[in-house]
Amino acid sequence: MRLTRRDALAVLAGLGITGGALGLSTLDPTAADGDGSSGDRDPAETDLLATMTAAAEVVYPSQVTGVGEFVETYVTGRSRDASRQAAMETVVSELDEIARDWHGAPFADLAADDRDDLLRELGVADSEPVPEGNVSERVRFYVVNELLYAFYASPTGGRLVGIENPIGHAGGTDSYQRAAMDGGQSDVNAGENDG
Amino acid sequence: MADERARAPVADADVCIVGAGPAGGIVAHRLAESGQNVVVLEAGPRFDGDRREQLEAHVRPGLDGPWEMGGPRDAFSSSGESFYPLNAARVKGVGGTTLHWQGMVMRLHERDFELDSRHGVGADWPLDYDDLKPYYAEAERELGVAGAMDNPYAPPRDDPFPMTAFPPSHSDSIFAEACERLGLDMHSVPSARNAEPYDGRSPCVGYGTCKPVCPSGAKYTAESHVEKAEAAGARVIDRARVRRLEHDESGERVVAAAYTTPDGETHRQAADQFVVACGGVETVRLLLLSESDRHPNGLANSSGVLGRYFMDHLFAGMGGRLDRPTRQNHVGFNTSECHQFYDDTEPVNGVKLEFLNYAGPSPVIDALHADTWGDELLEQLDESYGTHISMGALVEQLPRADNYVGLDRETTDDLGDPVPEVHWSIDDQTKTALSRANEVQASVLDELGVDVEWTVGPDNTGPAFHHMGTARMGDDPDSSVVDAECRTHDVRNLWIAGSSVFPTGGAMNPTLTIAALAVRLASSLRARLS
Repeated sequence: MRLTRRDALAVLAGLGITGGALGLSTLDPTAADGDGSSGDRDPAETDLLATMTAAAEVVYPSQVTGVGEFVETYVTGRSRDASRQAAMETVVSELDEIARDWHGAPFADLAADDRDDLLRELGVADSEPVPEGNVSERVRFYVVNELLYAFYASPTGGRLVGIENPIGHAGGTDSYQRAAMDGGQSDVNAGENDG
Repeated sequence: MADERARAPVADADVCIVGAGPAGGIVAHRLAESGQNVVVLEAGPRFDGDRREQLEAHVRPGLDGPWEMGGPRDAFSSSGESFYPLNAARVKGVGGTTLHWQGMVMRLHERDFELDSRHGVGADWPLDYDDLKPYYAEAERELGVAGAMDNPYAPPRDDPFPMTAFPPSHSDSIFAEACERLGLDMHSVPSARNAEPYDGRSPCVGYGTCKPVCPSGAKYTAESHVEKAEAAGARVIDRARVRRLEHDESGERVVAAAYTTPDGETHRQAADQFVVACGGVETVRLLLLSESDRHPNGLANSSGVLGRYFMDHLFAGMGGRLDRPTRQNHVGFNTSECHQFYDDTEPVNGVKLEFLNYAGPSPVIDALHADTWGDELLEQLDESYGTHISMGALVEQLPRADNYVGLDRETTDDLGDPVPEVHWSIDDQTKTALSRANEVQASVLDELGVDVEWTVGPDNTGPAFHHMGTARMGDDPDSSVVDAECRTHDVRNLWIAGSSVFPTGGAMNPTLTIAALAVRLASSLRARLS
């Protein structure tokens, strides 16, 4: 099952972060110019994307592909909120420090099993998500739950568990009437037609 | 400074309305439109900005709830046998509790207005269904109701609904098989939710979070009427906490509402007429706090019944799993109900059956609370989602004087005012009706072959968050607080809008009746002013 940039944009739209409102190119992590392009990123932003992608590779089911593009698009969109970006960068930096202490390398450079072990040994799986909490609670909130929300509120993530219109996604009023999932592609711009 | 000036009293106000929920909003709009100088004082804030922020606050654990309820401003006491979770049951803000409601809007039945005459229980209203029928039709247009004329048990109506009903769900079609065999009639659910563009608002786009937040604006909230009232010239002051109503020397007229703003200043808003529309609990609290030598038991309480007869609807439910996909949690509203047992006499309490479209967990919400991730989480979600099926019901609670809202004088809020005390218990007759609801639910689920996993009935029921009955309407000033026009018997220029005036509550969600009475109140008040 392949995640796409369209999935990330659909989740962002559900959170009120729309390409139309911001200029779609600003949400394109591969764009050559403009805010959010890789050339414009400072080291903290680069670390943030690398670490979130590395975390997603263990947080998401193993059958999922397309994680890098999906996470980059999603995190770039979420980073439009400067305070959220700062909080995410802070916690990612702390996670990297712990990774260096425990395994001698930044989180993104660890093998997948080590990343998974580190998060579990840090107590993240059992931690409550608390934005102002201790490091485990903040990793749960800003890393793991951020990624889980992006995935399971996306049409593709929802489909993996049997619902093409998950809570948080403005997927219309047809799917609840159907006996089974249709085979259609998600609508990137869903959620922008609020009255 | 600009903020403080914005909360200063309005000069030469004709009408002061306390509360910017559906009742206050509708009255404000109607009166402002007819040229009255209207001011609305709302204790809570305006929730401006993108409503999708509230969606995230609802879905993501670790964030405060979307409507900022439960702080020192909202302190309360619960006594009686059953705890009442008051702050889960209301919202203070422009839009009031419609900010978090689900948006189900049924008319009461004819018998609901005549329970005492017909069945010797409860109380009669001082008006009947025919009196309210044209106002129900107006209220449906005001809120924007999607519905169909397919309910054989609904009271008579003259006009179609403003919008066509939402089509039934796949889950409804599963229930339909069993209901057909059992002789139960399913029908559509009138819904204050746009099935098409209406009144400048979007149609439903399926976010699935109707309660507690509709990010698209498809679900009606009273913000619509407040906005229209302001466009017609009304002034709405948010975060203005009304603490006392002050009367003249005779005690027969209110002259001012004393309110405190966030800067700690207390102001006096004078007006010719006053409408209290701040819910079934705070309305009572304000009148009790306004006690005086002339009104020693609380303003407009010569009858002694102010605060008495507090009622809510009780929830009965049952659910489990089927051996096939049931397609739940795509939308946050129901599309089918059964009102077949509503007018029964054994038990006499109304029972309204619901077929849920949100049975069982949502995968995204489950994932955010899980203690694992990766393939292990996927396995858990595969197991937890897909085959749940459930029924709900609302059950009527008859009015009892020993269920009441009062003041807890030992406990004060952050302004030093005694907090409301909700004293609530569930009587045996209501429990019998809950058992009856469970009995019907069990028959349907059994017919379907559902493996029942949970039941909510007489022993573990909870309130549906509909506060009713505490300032009951009646012809006799010795046994009621307001008359049929919703004007208080004791104070000539004081009116009460909202479900607190209901003498009985039926088993239908109350907001359409609140709106119909508000339209009627506005008409009466406008006639008096002119």
